[in-house]
Amino acid sequence: MSDHNEDYKGYRTPTLGLLQKEAAPVWSQVVLHTTGGDFTGLILPRSETADADHIVLKLDTGYNIGVRWDTVQSITVNGRKEANYQIPEKAFPFDPKKPRVKLFGTGGTIASRLDYRTGAVIPAFSPGELYGSVPELADICNMETEKLYGVFSENMGPEEWMGTARAVAAEIEKGVAGIVVGHGTDTMHHTAAALSFMLQDSPVPIVMVGSQRSSDRPSSDAAINLINATRTAATSDIAEVMVCMFGPTSDEYGLLHRGTRVRKMHSSYRSTFRTLSDIPLGKIDENGVAPFRQDYNPRRDDNQLKLNAVFDDRVSLVYYYPNMKPDVIDSLVDNGYQGIVIAGTGLGHVNKPLYPALDRARKAGVHVYMTVQTLWGYVQMYVYETGRELMGKGVVPAANMLPEVAYVKLGWALGQSHDPEVVQKIMLTAVNGETTDREPYNGYLVLQGGIPEVEEFISAHRR
Amino acid sequence: MDTRYAIADPWLLQPLPLFGSLTPADYDHLGFMCGLEVHQQLLTQRKLFCRCPAGQYNKDHHDAEILRHMRPTLSEMGEYDGTALMEFKTRKNITYLLDRKTVCTYEMDDAPPFEIDDEALDRAIGVSMLLDLNIVGEVHITRKQYLDGSIPTGFQRTAIIGTDGDIPFGDRMIHIRALSIEEDSCREVSDRGHERVYRTDRLGMPLIETVTDPDMKTPDEAMEVGQIIRRLARASGLVRTGSGAGRQDVNVSVTGGTRIEIKGVASLRAVPRLTHNEALRQRSLVGIKAELARRGITAENIDGTGHDVTSIVNSTACKFIRKAVDKGATVMAIALPGFQGLLQAPTQPRTTFLKEFSDRVRVIACIDDLPNLVVSTEDVPTLSSGEWDRVGKTCGVDHDVPVILVWGREQDAQTAINEIVIRAREATQGVPEETRQALDDGTNGFERVLPGADRMYPDTDLPPIRLEDDRVATIRASLGLRPWEREVHLREMGVGADLAERMSRHRAWDLFETLAGDLTDKTFISAHQLASLLLDRSCPRPASRLAAEPWWRETLAAVQAGSVLPEGVWHAEDELPAKMSETEARAAFEAAVASVPADKPVGERQCEDFIMGHIMPALRGKVAGRLVRSWIRKDAK
Repeated sequence: MSDHNEDYKGYRTPTLGLLQKEAAPVWSQVVLHTTGGDFTGLILPRSETADADHIVLKLDTGYNIGVRWDTVQSITVNGRKEANYQIPEKAFPFDPKKPRVKLFGTGGTIASRLDYRTGAVIPAFSPGELYGSVPELADICNMETEKLYGVFSENMGPEEWMGTARAVAAEIEKGVAGIVVGHGTDTMHHTAAALSFMLQDSPVPIVMVGSQRSSDRPSSDAAINLINATRTAATSDIAEVMVCMFGPTSDEYGLLHRGTRVRKMHSSYRSTFRTLSDIPLGKIDENGVAPFRQDYNPRRDDNQLKLNAVFDDRVSLVYYYPNMKPDVIDSLVDNGYQGIVIAGTGLGHVNKPLYPALDRARKAGVHVYMTVQTLWGYVQMYVYETGRELMGKGVVPAANMLPEVAYVKLGWALGQSHDPEVVQKIMLTAVNGETTDREPYNGYLVLQGGIPEVEEFISAHRR
Repeated sequence: MDTRYAIADPWLLQPLPLFGSLTPADYDHLGFMCGLEVHQQLLTQRKLFCRCPAGQYNKDHHDAEILRHMRPTLSEMGEYDGTALMEFKTRKNITYLLDRKTVCTYEMDDAPPFEIDDEALDRAIGVSMLLDLNIVGEVHITRKQYLDGSIPTGFQRTAIIGTDGDIPFGDRMIHIRALSIEEDSCREVSDRGHERVYRTDRLGMPLIETVTDPDMKTPDEAMEVGQIIRRLARASGLVRTGSGAGRQDVNVSVTGGTRIEIKGVASLRAVPRLTHNEALRQRSLVGIKAELARRGITAENIDGTGHDVTSIVNSTACKFIRKAVDKGATVMAIALPGFQGLLQAPTQPRTTFLKEFSDRVRVIACIDDLPNLVVSTEDVPTLSSGEWDRVGKTCGVDHDVPVILVWGREQDAQTAINEIVIRAREATQGVPEETRQALDDGTNGFERVLPGADRMYPDTDLPPIRLEDDRVATIRASLGLRPWEREVHLREMGVGADLAERMSRHRAWDLFETLAGDLTDKTFISAHQLASLLLDRSCPRPASRLAAEPWWRETLAAVQAGSVLPEGVWHAEDELPAKMSETEARAAFEAAVASVPADKPVGERQCEDFIMGHIMPALRGKVAGRLVRSWIRKDAK
């Protein structure tokens, strides 16, 4: 019998053999007689990533435990109680007076149900499912949904970026009040940059949203983020590609970040998304969108936009470190890469041993752009000799473009041309804020804990 | 009154039996059953799922606040867990106070858990072994939903360590269902209206929860079993002691009632009165259910319609209602036909059935200025009779039908009406499943609807923890005897009954056990004397526990060698008094006797004691009292 038998889901040898011998498949209500006493409960499926030695038992109290197979002397089977995975749906109410919002799914779970018996998190995505878990959405809009992909965000790439851009464009051309794109948070800013370049001059908001705390938990930020994003899509005057995520860690408001200036800045905080070297577009709460600035693309009532979904994926992003060896660059060139974005130190530097490799790259026609690993601030390659030498080797400073954004933009530019001048023109002409002429004084505010006035601010504001 | 509404059950008409007035037979007649969930903090350096220091509390300081809300998640049946739904109705703003010394991003729910603290896990396994539980092969971290906000994630991480054990209690055994390890919750600072505030320093502290079967037959037994469980863990040195380190949930039911959980009882001494009062409450609710059934009232025929009567009472002379109306409150009324005479039925001391409604309104509708409702048939002045008549007419009922009035923000007042209807319908079913809070006067109040097993689900952030055989064996080998086993052992060594009982649960046990190992038949000190020395607070000893063992070893070695008398240990000041040789002792005795006054009392025994009293201060600890007395006797002859 196969180790992948559905009746013994997840169990492998030797535990599988024991369960088969005792005729105790998953969902059996059993007493396990072990060398350490009896355990009574329901046999659950075993996680594929867990070891092969334990039986998972759900006790009457709802707790799970694991019992090692070789301590089991015999099993009494007293019945069977299978979980069913039905997700009930309630029709999403239609109100002709409300705007139409389209939600695209790419894989992050925006909303979900929990199967308490197994602990499985079941994504809720259809309008009916969404309405069942976030009924507030019906107060905002008439919602339609479409699942584009079902991948973790680290598996989003150029194909998915282009596919999403085409789907969004088609929907906008049909006429819609706004678009919401559900996305895992890890690479949301890469996708936001890609959509910013591929979908230009949108007449309506294109709002990316996700959650930092999974939607199966009562403290999740998912519902509030989804409500905020949907309200932005339905009502906002800002018609740009935006990321809509928690502002502070408190349940207070969401921030709307321009898709080219946003970055995930903490591995787990709710307030992980920040606008760098600039201020966000605005904030959103139950009272609607409050813009922080006026220089945004406003909503229009036509259905026109520029779709330019191209990408050459022979591009790499190299995070420079001291003592980097030239073979790092050489291997990229040898492997046919056409573009390299370097995240250099300080104002945009790398060490001298890399120079021959950069010369070689230029000779091979590879487009090399410099960004800063400080994330905030501009590349400025005139200040030090190193910078001037690097420019002499064809390295182009990319102003204050974020490294990830420069990576996405270079791939997009190379999708259009390989002529160095054309590529450079595309790279250095801002589509929507990826480079800016000036950095405002409040574009860099990383409050430093411990400073008395900062502590005073923190204690006076819920952050 | 209409004779249809005469109450038949005398229980509902008479004062309730006082605490202390019932016999075990009376409790048996009521069908009293009680089980315990004993919570004890484990003694560890760090919290359970992060590296914050354990056991540091500061109730006066915080550095920052965050605001959160709890949102229920749906089960696969598409229904909210009962508690979940209730908490969502309350729509609380939950503020957490953060002290940077005791809280990190984990407690804030802004970071995933770190791996479980091994020290805590080992200690929990140790206590499980002392309770004779079957230890699991693999520990699965489970999430238990709490939507009251007491844990910022909305769930408590908890895991079963062992199941099914027994501990001796008198001549029978009490069954222990399971022991789990879990993270402690926040401490509530305040809860007013829609605002609840928690302090987070206690959050994440490692706890064990020991759950018994409902094997306790009287309120006193509940306390006594609790003491045994608490002492077992405390005597092992594996848990924290002191105020706040332990608390229990107490489950009570009576015949016809249901399992009611009274949460967070800090002192075991409060348990008997609380459980007695809860038994009375359930008995009353069972009586009310029967009375409603007799009157033909069912859940279905209770009309759930509330009526806005603000305009009727907006100039009432009833001060608190007038004040609320002036502030913009909506006043709503609901009639409860068929409840005639029942709202005043006693449920607990100084408490009537009406409080069941008031509690729900307070907790769920967040209307917490008391009184938060009035009833037309109450024997206290509220509305004028004219106003009550108009309210009654609005509700379409005669004046003998009880009408309840609530007031508050419009939405809250409507929630209050809904809750009153829900509670009235539950009355036809008997005792609703709730968790209740212990009040200082020994009664209890509604806390929330009892959550079910439905709120448990596996934690996806942490993998199961395999308990390797050698780890389990090492822990088992490190455990000593349980208190009841120690007691038997002490008695076998010749320690007297009272002393053995005390020593069995005293922290000096470890020291006793170590020192007693050195005693032989030939030593000059008995196990009884040793136990007595160790437990006698008047006996001098080093203040620090670390210094105690070498000091006692040295002391006992001197006693065993015969150079110090056992009673000399009591009289040690800077150093132990050396035992005198017989020659020295006799000389000192004679010198002392010379100074005894001549006018001795009459009577052989009195005279002996008189001389002893005079000469012993000089000889105490250096010469055995027995020897001195024998010399006095010999000299007298």
